[in-house]
Amino acid sequence: MENLKNLSAEKITNDLLPQKFGRRGMIWTASLIVICCIGAFAYIKQLREGLIVTNMGDYVSWGIYISNFVFFVAVSLVGSLITAIFRLSGVPWRTPLTRIAEIIAVSNITFAALIIIVDMGRPERLYFLFTHGRIQSPILWDVIVITTYFFLSLLLLYITLIPDIRMMISLKDKLGKPFSKLYHWLASFWQGTAAQEKIRDRAITILCITVIPVAFCIHTVTSWLFATTYRPGWDSSNFGAYFVSGAFLVGAGAVVVAMYVFRRVYKLENYITETHFDKMGKLTVMLALLYLYFNVNEFLVPAFKMKKEEKDYLSGLFTGDFAPMFWFAILIGMIIPILVLLFKKGRKPKPMFIVGVMVVVGAWFKRYLIVTPTLLHPFLPKYDAPARFNHYFPSWEEWAITIGSMAGVLLIITFFARVFPVISIYKTLEDKNALTKQHETTEQYESVPVS
Amino acid sequence: MNQDKSRREFLATGILTTMAVACNSKKLPFDREEDLMASGEKVKLLSIDGNVIEVDKAFLKPVPHMPSVSNEEARKGIPGKKFVMVIDLSRCKNVKACQTSCNHAHHVQDAQNWIKVYPMQDSEKEAPYWQPTTCMHCDEPPCVKVCPVDATFKRQDGIVLIDSDRCIGCRFCMAACPYSTRVFNWGDPNLPVDIADQAYNPETSLPQKKGTVGKCDFCPDMTRMGMLPHCVSACPNGVYFFGDMIEDSVTNGAETFRFSDLVRDKAGYRLMEDLGTKPSVYYLPPVNRNFKFEEGLEKEEPAQKKS
Repeated sequence: MENLKNLSAEKITNDLLPQKFGRRGMIWTASLIVICCIGAFAYIKQLREGLIVTNMGDYVSWGIYISNFVFFVAVSLVGSLITAIFRLSGVPWRTPLTRIAEIIAVSNITFAALIIIVDMGRPERLYFLFTHGRIQSPILWDVIVITTYFFLSLLLLYITLIPDIRMMISLKDKLGKPFSKLYHWLASFWQGTAAQEKIRDRAITILCITVIPVAFCIHTVTSWLFATTYRPGWDSSNFGAYFVSGAFLVGAGAVVVAMYVFRRVYKLENYITETHFDKMGKLTVMLALLYLYFNVNEFLVPAFKMKKEEKDYLSGLFTGDFAPMFWFAILIGMIIPILVLLFKKGRKPKPMFIVGVMVVVGAWFKRYLIVTPTLLHPFLPKYDAPARFNHYFPSWEEWAITIGSMAGVLLIITFFARVFPVISIYKTLEDKNALTKQHETTEQYESVPVS
Repeated sequence: MNQDKSRREFLATGILTTMAVACNSKKLPFDREEDLMASGEKVKLLSIDGNVIEVDKAFLKPVPHMPSVSNEEARKGIPGKKFVMVIDLSRCKNVKACQTSCNHAHHVQDAQNWIKVYPMQDSEKEAPYWQPTTCMHCDEPPCVKVCPVDATFKRQDGIVLIDSDRCIGCRFCMAACPYSTRVFNWGDPNLPVDIADQAYNPETSLPQKKGTVGKCDFCPDMTRMGMLPHCVSACPNGVYFFGDMIEDSVTNGAETFRFSDLVRDKAGYRLMEDLGTKPSVYYLPPVNRNFKFEEGLEKEEPAQKKS
């Protein structure tokens, strides 16, 4: 952050303005679009033939669509962590991370909503939720909080963007035409007067305060979709905290990955510094330890008792069919990241990037393990049903749709970065001015050193 | 009219035997009409007291078509009733006639069974037994609690039904049901055209629809006609008793018991009582059994459906 004051305002603006896709950017975007199209094709097939194209059955009646939904909701929680919690607690190094976190939140919550529609047997009846909705169902709670979170995140993203967009309108000559209409539509009203600034500042504070409880709600309610049933592995009072802590961890992992990629691709070394990685690394260790703590609670306590219903389920995870995936998710998603990030060398950008990927991949498999093994262990034996219902591996259509939805998330982030600055120019300049001023003051009075 | 036809087919397969149960009410198949002439061809029927009787074929007539009740009526249920089932495990030999007649009557799809007869053994030293399961029609139904659109509902007569015109196919009810009783129509159901073209009726659960949930419905359409559910009348061993808790009587067609006496004297119990779901299906323990467990095994191989 210190080096900000050595950069000229012009350089900062130039560095942070959105750039045209290069060759690599084109290839990246094109491949994402192709993957999305394959997913869309598979979904059209599913719409025609019904959920029979999936490998779900009457026992495993929820599959990777639901685990992927839980994953997206989890990742989206990071928007509230970095933007809101950091802002309200006055974390000084948050500036280059907030917008990245916020766009990750918006894109993931969008696809969480879409993937849950994909899982419906009768998607054309979606509006029944509003015309015939019954508030005692946890699904209704999820619909309410996810919609709220989506709009809060979108507003938070938009309101923090306004001064930057205004600046881009004034730089029309340099940026060329492509999005000038969009910029005008979004922010031409912005004059930057003191009154407007005050409203904007207040709005951000209010949004930051409201988004935190809503963020806790989205993942707690999502955990209740499972915890409100009787099934072994889901019937747990630990589930809300277990899900929320896991969500913060995977979100932090996703932000680290995005930080690394943007830093490399847009050459943002002056803004996303090694200090940022170091701090995010420390935060990730803390979140991983927290998640590990809830995992110990979630598995060790029932394993100590080994109740009849839980026994098969737990031994399936610890030593049975799901053991490789279970231990992989625990090691890759928690233990190894903790071990790597405890060391200063582990918190350098490159190892952090690898750890971030590990956290995200581990988290995806963890969500798979939350959904499927439980459904394979019903109270009454699995009996008198087609043999294919006794196990579950997703069909190609399910994979195509799931991977397509992930590509969709990345596509939203990619397009966003093409149109808008991924780091707030306005806030960076503000930080620079504050730093310069602070620096002058310190020199003048030779008072306490700057932190 | 389509229903008429399917019912006629029904009679032809001999399910009619139990209709004698309802002989004392007015509009019934055995009513004599003036212009009927005896054909001389006799059909054997089982009367309510267990005697085989013969009736001239000309006097057999399908049950008059009852218009299916409106969706609103189907959601309310039959006033003044609280339906209950008692399953006597000491009589079950895994014949699976219940399952066959249920699957036939409700056009249950190939990969599905609304009734299952589980081979159960609670622990190593305990004796194995056959346990038929239907929907438990719980008084605290977990499936109804979680349904976001009121597609599955609890009626005043205690029956839990599904409205397939309402169901959005989220399958939360399947996850919530601890008895694994619900099935899903993953693809297009395979139904006769006349059935598929009918308007959906929650009381018959027909026609099944793609992307919606199905399960045992306690045959309220039969109950409205004063008849027993298909599984009850199909069971040759009288395992199933069906009745009304307010009348305090249950019957398997041949025998009728006072419900409270039966459950008290034979130490009746409900499945997974500890979950607090309060099922409407009671079980009588497998003591003093009519059949050895092994006698039911011969039925096992063909019954296990292959995918």
